[in-house]
Amino acid sequence: MPNQPLPYYVNYLPVLLQIVVACLVAGGMVALSALLGKHRYSRTKMQAYECGMVGTGDARQRFSVKFYMVAMLFILFDVEAIFLIPWAVIYRKLPAAIAPALGAGPRDFSARMFGFWEMLVYIGIVLVGFFYIWKKGALDWNATTEKTDF
Amino acid sequence: MIPLSWYLILSAILFAIGVASFLIKRSIITIFMSIELMLNAVNLTFVAFANHWHQVSGQVFVFFVMVVAAAEAAVGLAIVLAVFRTRETLNVDQVNLLKL
Amino acid sequence: MTATPELSYVRILPEIILSICGIVVMFVEPLLPQRGSHKSLGVFSFVGTLAALIASLYQTNYPGWGWFNMIRVDEFSVFFHVLICAISAVVILASFEYLETQEIRGGEYYALILFGTVGMVLMSSAVELVLIFIALEISSIATYVLAGYRRRAATSAESSIKYFLLGSFATAFFLYGVALMFGATGSTSIYTISSALQSGQVTLGASSVPVSYSLAYVAVALMFVGLGFKVASAPFHIWTPDVYEGAPAPVVALMSTGPKAAAFAVMLRILFGAGIDTSKAWFWLVWISAALSMTLGNLGALLQSNVKRMLAYSSIAHAGYLLVAFAAVIAPNARDTGISAAIFYAAAYAAMNVGAFAVVSHFARHGERYVNFEDYAGLGKRSPILAATLSIFLLSLLGLPATGGFFAKFYVFNAAIKSDLIWLTVIGLINSAIASYYYLRLIVVMYMYEPQPGEEKLQLRAAPGLTAALVITAIITIWLGVRPAGVLDYATRGASRLLPSFQQSSNLSR
Repeated sequence: MPNQPLPYYVNYLPVLLQIVVACLVAGGMVALSALLGKHRYSRTKMQAYECGMVGTGDARQRFSVKFYMVAMLFILFDVEAIFLIPWAVIYRKLPAAIAPALGAGPRDFSARMFGFWEMLVYIGIVLVGFFYIWKKGALDWNATTEKTDF
Repeated sequence: MIPLSWYLILSAILFAIGVASFLIKRSIITIFMSIELMLNAVNLTFVAFANHWHQVSGQVFVFFVMVVAAAEAAVGLAIVLAVFRTRETLNVDQVNLLKL
Repeated sequence: MTATPELSYVRILPEIILSICGIVVMFVEPLLPQRGSHKSLGVFSFVGTLAALIASLYQTNYPGWGWFNMIRVDEFSVFFHVLICAISAVVILASFEYLETQEIRGGEYYALILFGTVGMVLMSSAVELVLIFIALEISSIATYVLAGYRRRAATSAESSIKYFLLGSFATAFFLYGVALMFGATGSTSIYTISSALQSGQVTLGASSVPVSYSLAYVAVALMFVGLGFKVASAPFHIWTPDVYEGAPAPVVALMSTGPKAAAFAVMLRILFGAGIDTSKAWFWLVWISAALSMTLGNLGALLQSNVKRMLAYSSIAHAGYLLVAFAAVIAPNARDTGISAAIFYAAAYAAMNVGAFAVVSHFARHGERYVNFEDYAGLGKRSPILAATLSIFLLSLLGLPATGGFFAKFYVFNAAIKSDLIWLTVIGLINSAIASYYYLRLIVVMYMYEPQPGEEKLQLRAAPGLTAALVITAIITIWLGVRPAGVLDYATRGASRLLPSFQQSSNLSR
């Protein structure tokens, strides 16, 4: 059946092989050394290896609230880029697509500049938000918590 | 080609897991994550249908949903901070000043 | 889009004005001194809402579609635009004094009200489901933050987190409904959906595929869940008392009326614009929800000792009365009457509820300590005018003749009887009788009880902003009770726009 198209997931076969081989090699190494090696534990051997640090305290300690603050702001400004990328990709095709809806020709000024102005408004609004958090001191790491109160 | 129904079933299961964990979990952050799971299940539905109808609009909706989810996340974390500051706990069973 | 592009901008003019005002407030706020009063921003926001209101009235000259058929301006949308802008304006007026007594600083409060208003008004003119979802989220996110605005109070933060978690839970359901509707009909525009559902065919290029009706019905059920949360109708009402108790009183005035009106507008658009009303199943869904909301709301209100909680339960009950109008529309022989009754009810309820919460915000005083029934004892002697105003609102909520509440209820039950919903009418009337107990109890407490010891002399004077807000809402409440014809007329025209418009558009698309 040479003319029959293969199911598309055949393309993933190399990935599957890769995963299987990786698992076999990595698992085999660990298993073999555990099975064949000699185990003589001593105090020195159980310490952190060479340049490693001796562990102190508990990993589950509280973080400063400031990290949350930065994370929140990061999410917001990060996601705003989501609209920029598709816009940039189709920017040159935009006038032709938008012209009939505007009742204008694709070469008309209004059709050509529509996408540009719309994005400018969007970026302007984002910048006002940026200005706001900046002035409020949310970006100032050393500010007192009183000021960074949301 | 994977049939449409598989995607729909998967997203329905994800949505149901989100609903279930919203109702079961007791930590505000986890409840919050289950809402995000629900929204992402909907995103999967949108993309599956966009592919089914050959319409790009379904994928554009996903962008909007993601942005809305991010805005919700930011506001939600801020409110969680406010709750923690006044109550010193994030367990919903202990956030119970207002009761019938 | 048949219109010129400039008209597209006119069709979102109120939204543009509100957004610009909100952005200006956000821009100016950090530049003002931290410790000073931000009342100037409040006045600016008030002017902004008034400008938006005038812009909505101006829109009546330019009805039609805009923005790639995502926006539709007609009498229906203009009615809700004016209503919601007026609610926000009055709430801003009532907030001046409240923010001062609670020592809340921060001009963002006004910006959030403006942004919330943008979302609400957009909900009433959007005819595209994803746009409706975004508008819903804009209004919700703003109100989540506003609910937690008494920052130092644990109750306020708690109310905010409850509103946030349950609200986002509900909007996720709404969004899932939108996605399934997109899957069933291949579109998210309400009028394309309606023509697809009527013809039973989805046309894509040259080929056409049959519509999956079961998917469409599940979609509407999910959307109903999401909107039911927003309007606080049973069985999705659990959050209401908690949130209303903890949130600042003027904010409750806003969020118990504005988002509710907007969500009802969306319900009307979806249920009747998309032409899903033919199915019997939807009728029973609305019927049960209406009966449950009225009964649970009124019975819950009987047990409350906190005035804010009492009003919260009463708002659940009023959502139930409004849903009676919906049930009347679904039964096919009272379309126009039902929709116009629902629209009129939304307006009358907004006037009296905003007024009632404005008075509550004044009596609550610092830290919202005085919100229980016993704190209202003797108010009839201490501040007779305010007590009289509150009595007007309570009597109107009760539905006494010569108030807006009476005609609102009258039209709703009139529509219900017209479409033979005898049992629903009976349940509604019994509930109105139950409601008289707790509304009258507050009035009795105010006039018949002696003031708490040590407070006999305490005079409570309302600040000018609050006085203006109360005068406006009281006049509108009585006006709707004495001369309801004008508003009802407009509501009827809005209703007639809602129904034939989709028939026209489906004719066009065929």
